[in-house]
Amino acid sequence: MELLKMFLTFAKVGVMTFGGGYAMLPILQREIVEKQKWATDAELTDYFAIGQCTPGIIAVNTATFIGRKHKGVLGGIVATLGVVFPSLVIITLIAAFLTNFADIPLVRNALTGVNACVVALIASSVIKLGKSTLKNSPSVVIFLCVLALACVANFVPFPAVWWGKLLDTVISPAVLIVCAGVVGVILWMPAGKKGGGRE
Amino acid sequence: MIYLRLIYEFFKTGLFAVGGGLATIPFLRDMGASTGWFTDADLTTMIAVSESTPGPMGVNMATYVGFHIAGIPGAVLATLGLITPSIIVILIIAGFLARFRQSRLVDAAFKGLRPASTALIAAAGLSVAKNVLLDLGGAETTLATLFRWPALLLAAAVFVCMRIKPLSKLHPIVFIGVSAVLGAVFRFAGA
Repeated sequence: MELLKMFLTFAKVGVMTFGGGYAMLPILQREIVEKQKWATDAELTDYFAIGQCTPGIIAVNTATFIGRKHKGVLGGIVATLGVVFPSLVIITLIAAFLTNFADIPLVRNALTGVNACVVALIASSVIKLGKSTLKNSPSVVIFLCVLALACVANFVPFPAVWWGKLLDTVISPAVLIVCAGVVGVILWMPAGKKGGGRE
Repeated sequence: MIYLRLIYEFFKTGLFAVGGGLATIPFLRDMGASTGWFTDADLTTMIAVSESTPGPMGVNMATYVGFHIAGIPGAVLATLGLITPSIIVILIIAGFLARFRQSRLVDAAFKGLRPASTALIAAAGLSVAKNVLLDLGGAETTLATLFRWPALLLAAAVFVCMRIKPLSKLHPIVFIGVSAVLGAVFRFAGA
């Protein structure tokens, strides 16, 4: 029964996600953190961090993590199948009957509204996450550095010469995450304060 | 055997595409070129449909491509092929984390990871914001034409609602639904 509930909960998350893994965050916070209490906000940021550096889609990785934590290996598989199930049904129907789906004016207009809403939802989610992940000044410094570098990578087109390509590779989410982990070890390992981190 | 080939191609994509659903696009482009299953124009349609339907984009892409090539079994097999590497890798990492949860090294690393992860989510949000709220395509850009005003107003309104007490209790899907209706009624895309 627990597994069925897990499948249905993640199917619900899948059907309510519009866009990439980040658009899933507000829904995960509501369904998984607040309603089911299967994970905390801090754990969600952990899963997203790991999802940035591991193969596969972040949404899928996060579902596997939460399922595994709550109900073991089988839970991980069931949660993942749950999150992809709505896509299978919806996309198959659209691919079979509505190949011009994305060109329908009603769809395009409605989707533009949804996208504007998703921007606001992500902003609100980031504030919630920040409350649990940015509690001290070194954390805030790491946050600001990574945000600045990631924005440079997103918004500044690097020239297609060797150093531009090098920068493009170096300032990737996976590299930034790994560097932040190393900084964390340097900063907090010697202090060795117990208990402040995981729950 | 088309089914085995499908599983193999999507397993490869799932294994090597690191990050979000957008990371799968270059792999799909290569797949189209090497197998002849779909053209770049087909792929553009598939991306558009994947973006405008619920569900994680990468999964939508796999389902769409799979269906296009081999019907419903193709859709199921392509999707399973895509997610299998993630499931295996994440189950291994999760097992490792559960065992080393008390380790000071892992704990310290995660203290560094969390603010970075939060920053990457914020940066991704800003990228979406740029695409959705700003209009940089015009011949000349002034303050009046820089913003897509209806989208900006809607985003601001939703953000404020998410922060005030009784309204913030509403499920995010309510805001998404209302925004879809507003977008359709006021023709946000101008279509």
